[in-house]
Amino acid sequence: MAKTAIALTVNGEAVEALVEPRTLLVHFLREQLNLTGTHIGCDTSHCGACTVDLDGRSVKSCTLFAIQAEGAEIRTIEGMAGADGTLHPLQEGFREMHGLQCGFCTPGMIMRAYRLLQENPRPTEDEIRTGMAGNLCRCTGYQNIVRAIQFAAAKIAGESLQEAAE
Amino acid sequence: MIPGPFAYHRPRSLAEAVALCAAHPDDGRPLAGGHSLVPMMKLRLAAPDHLIDLGAIAELKGVRREGAAWVIGATTTQAALIADPNLAQAIPILRETALQIADPQVRSCGTIGGNVANGDPGNDLPALMMCLDAVFRLAGANGTREVKAREFYQGAYVTALGPGELLTAITIPHPPAGHGYAYEKLKRKIGDYATAAAAVMLTLAGGRIATCAIGLTNVAPTPLLAVEAAAALIGQPPGDAAFAEAARRAEAITEPTPDGRGPADYRTRMAGVMVRRALARAAARASA
Repeated sequence: MAKTAIALTVNGEAVEALVEPRTLLVHFLREQLNLTGTHIGCDTSHCGACTVDLDGRSVKSCTLFAIQAEGAEIRTIEGMAGADGTLHPLQEGFREMHGLQCGFCTPGMIMRAYRLLQENPRPTEDEIRTGMAGNLCRCTGYQNIVRAIQFAAAKIAGESLQEAAE
Repeated sequence: MIPGPFAYHRPRSLAEAVALCAAHPDDGRPLAGGHSLVPMMKLRLAAPDHLIDLGAIAELKGVRREGAAWVIGATTTQAALIADPNLAQAIPILRETALQIADPQVRSCGTIGGNVANGDPGNDLPALMMCLDAVFRLAGANGTREVKAREFYQGAYVTALGPGELLTAITIPHPPAGHGYAYEKLKRKIGDYATAAAAVMLTLAGGRIATCAIGLTNVAPTPLLAVEAAAALIGQPPGDAAFAEAARRAEAITEPTPDGRGPADYRTRMAGVMVRRALARAAARASA
């Protein structure tokens, strides 16, 4: 099958590539761009491990074709830390609050939480649980994931870490 | 899981999309949000040779008022429906129902048109469209036509859409002021289809039910309009006795298949429970 040229922006960098129309976005990111932080979990759009940010919305990259992302701006977990390695407040939150055990779901969790906090900078616990409903974790029981997102929301708002940890 | 190969088309106008669909009535599929079609393609249960992506067609997106009706473009996402403040005020049951579809990521892609046109009995919006007496606008090589939601569904994945025909917009009559509404959905987990669900729209006058429509999700090969159940309520004061009779009549028209959500008789009884709960909540929300 003939390949088609696509141009898009990934983590702030312009990308041009040739893709087969049937190439899924998650395979394009992982195998052509070597951005393996985005994980394939269920491969059926349930688990959210493959969540990335695309033109200001959270999407499951296992259920979109790369060719649909023509012209799009995509952010993946590799685009979250600063150029100097400074962790994003969400990454810091997941570390400080033990928001992961095996870590497989974490990139999808962080990318979904990133968009959630863009839409609602100070979500209640209930709003976090509802907003994260498309991401499954088999280790933590979610308690510390909620706390990690609360930590990040507080940090972004400039509040002290102690308040967030309570 | 990787889909079979296909040629990808990204038309910029509805006319172009209609021409492409008409040129590929059997070997082409339109792509909207893709959250039903792409999983089917990954499982190779669907293998179109031509995929016609509707995502770049501006005229298929958005919500507008046309006289006494609301017109919603087919590729308006469920997230956009939820976020529209005018729609949330005018037809709040649409927001309440859309929030119970799948999860935030799926709703950011999934469209109202895909949800109603696919003919999947598990989808939540078809029964609601029947309850709201919505009209679907279809476009094909021979022009456009309108089909009522109540006449659209013929069987599981079988609808009034002809080969190569596209659903372009959904028209919903503006519901009366003071109406009561509720969508009650029983599901095992977030992202699951309904074990059973019920949509209710009603109005009260003088303390009695003046108008009522009831739709049922995922308890038959098609969504159902529970006509006899709604008719039993007209002129009755809202209350347990009237709701129980309506639920009994709603249960009588279900034909669920047993699956992981439970045996058929359980799903039938749950349809009745959803009807009772939706009626009670709708009546409490309606202005007397």
